Amino acid sequence: MHPAFSVIFLTTLIGVGQGLFLALFTGQVYALANLLPAQDSQSFYAIGSVVAIVFLIAGLIASVFHLGHPERAWRAATQWRTSWLSREVLALPITMGLIFAYGLTHYMGWTEPFFIIAKGTLPVDASLIIGTLATIATFALFICTAMIYAGIKFIQEWHTPLTVFNYILLGGASGFTLAAAFSAYVGADLVGFYGMWAVILTITGLISRAAVLWRNKHLQHKSNLQTAIGVRHNNIQQKAQGAMGGSFNTREFFHGSPQAVVKMARYGFLSLVFIVPVVLLGASYSMESSYLPLLAFVVQYVGLMMERWHFFTEAKHPQNLYYQSIA
Amino acid sequence: MQLALLIDLNVCVGCHACVTSCKEWNTSGAAGPMADFNPYGKDPTGTFFNRVQTFEIGAFPKVETVHFPKSCLHCEEPPCVPVCPTGASYKREEDGIVLVDYDKCIGCKYCSWACPYGARELDEKQKVMKKCTLCVDRLYDQNLPEAERLPSCVMACPTSARLYGDIHDPDSEVSVQIRENGGYQLMPEWGTKPSNHYLPRRKTRIHLHQDELERVDNPLKKEGLQPQPPSDQKTLDETTSW
Ligand code: SF4
Ligand code: SF4
Repeated sequence: MHPAFSVIFLTTLIGVGQGLFLALFTGQVYALANLLPAQDSQSFYAIGSVVAIVFLIAGLIASVFHLGHPERAWRAATQWRTSWLSREVLALPITMGLIFAYGLTHYMGWTEPFFIIAKGTLPVDASLIIGTLATIATFALFICTAMIYAGIKFIQEWHTPLTVFNYILLGGASGFTLAAAFSAYVGADLVGFYGMWAVILTITGLISRAAVLWRNKHLQHKSNLQTAIGVRHNNIQQKAQGAMGGSFNTREFFHGSPQAVVKMARYGFLSLVFIVPVVLLGASYSMESSYLPLLAFVVQYVGLMMERWHFFTEAKHPQNLYYQSIA
Repeated sequence: MQLALLIDLNVCVGCHACVTSCKEWNTSGAAGPMADFNPYGKDPTGTFFNRVQTFEIGAFPKVETVHFPKSCLHCEEPPCVPVCPTGASYKREEDGIVLVDYDKCIGCKYCSWACPYGARELDEKQKVMKKCTLCVDRLYDQNLPEAERLPSCVMACPTSARLYGDIHDPDSEVSVQIRENGGYQLMPEWGTKPSNHYLPRRKTRIHLHQDELERVDNPLKKEGLQPQPPSDQKTLDETTSW
């Protein structure tokens, strides 16, 4: 498939935003359970939510460039019964709204507990309720985004539950890395906590992403030229594809990059998404540097863009069987 | 009712008449032109609903050329329809034609990803998804003579390689042909149930048996002994033709 930059930016940016929110809320829940020091509502949770929303909005803006008629985009919310794309179009603003509400409750200090459960140890306040809802929405958004790809059964490289795990794990990893960078920047002593979770998510993501690479290497495609044109012969060669100067079919479904570039991108993202950030986060833990986590995030984000680019080049659409050679 | 095309690969000569008449009809319609870029330049490209491809089967000298017209197959289980986020892509209840509402389409291209056949093409000028309409604007047009209420490609085909009809009616010409001449579907492995079918290449062979060349009950062979006149003697023909 042809990697579209709008989609690369959309999926990576909203992944960061979603992951960052999950990190903030995880921190709050840990603090409730007295496993972590509580953070200041305004300077930490509210500002953190704003950063998450900025990433989500940036992703939304990127997605507009993918559409031929963005002015009609509202129609895309109508077919949520059948279309994962439509579900994503609904889940994105709902997630943004809930994260905004979450940030707002912290900013306004609406953190008086409504009631207390579990023998006085768990005060339930507005931020906890909204945060829980936003967490559900965030996961729903991850699933919708991933299912757009995983749901197309004949793009076999994508049609696996691993695609969904990868979107959740890689989005989560980049968000927790950003949370570590954010904590280091505002001077909250959560760098170690977020850094540790970022490393765990990154390594789990590596396992899951590597599994996809392995799977795709050994994939047997169900369609071939015999089933495509219905002629049983082992030696079929295309002599003409009905157009000499290319067509939508040759532009949209082929990545057109030399195999060497694809291989470079593969080694590039394997090191930038997984190895380098883990090393940097580990180093920041021992050196107590406030800039290394930020560097880790930037490196990981660049790596994620390469990962998404590679994700598209991996996919072999069966329609390509009809467009093997021009003349 | 499920309207569909049946394409006879045994007859198609690869002349592209269906391609040009499709483009001519559909680029002149109410939906607006099917954009072309560089039509007379170096790398001409544009939107087409129908393309004829050519494949070579086998290696010389046992080789055969197959011309393969390819357009939307109006699948009975079209995977391109449910994925459309706007409802612009739909399948008509009444005749099974799969269509795109160009006024609703946002040009997200998702449906083209979801068609295994590459039958949908984005019009890069209008920025909406386009595909074969089976000439739905001809089929029911009361202003056309009844004999012309056919897809444009079917009318243009000089060899009648394209048949059109209702594949749900067991007695329609297309159904009978599919049933009796081995009509098949493309990529049946995805369960899309394409409505358009193809008829395979068929070889016309005459099987001559030895006993058709030589009469076993030839009376001259009855006694085993055959008259063998010397070569300078007149044959029976020459004796009688005086
Ligand atoms: S051929 Fe492709 S575009 Fe046409 S109905 Fe089938 S899946 Fe949809
Ligand atoms: S390109 Fe148009 S018809 Fe296709 S899925 Fe998107 S909105 Fe629907």
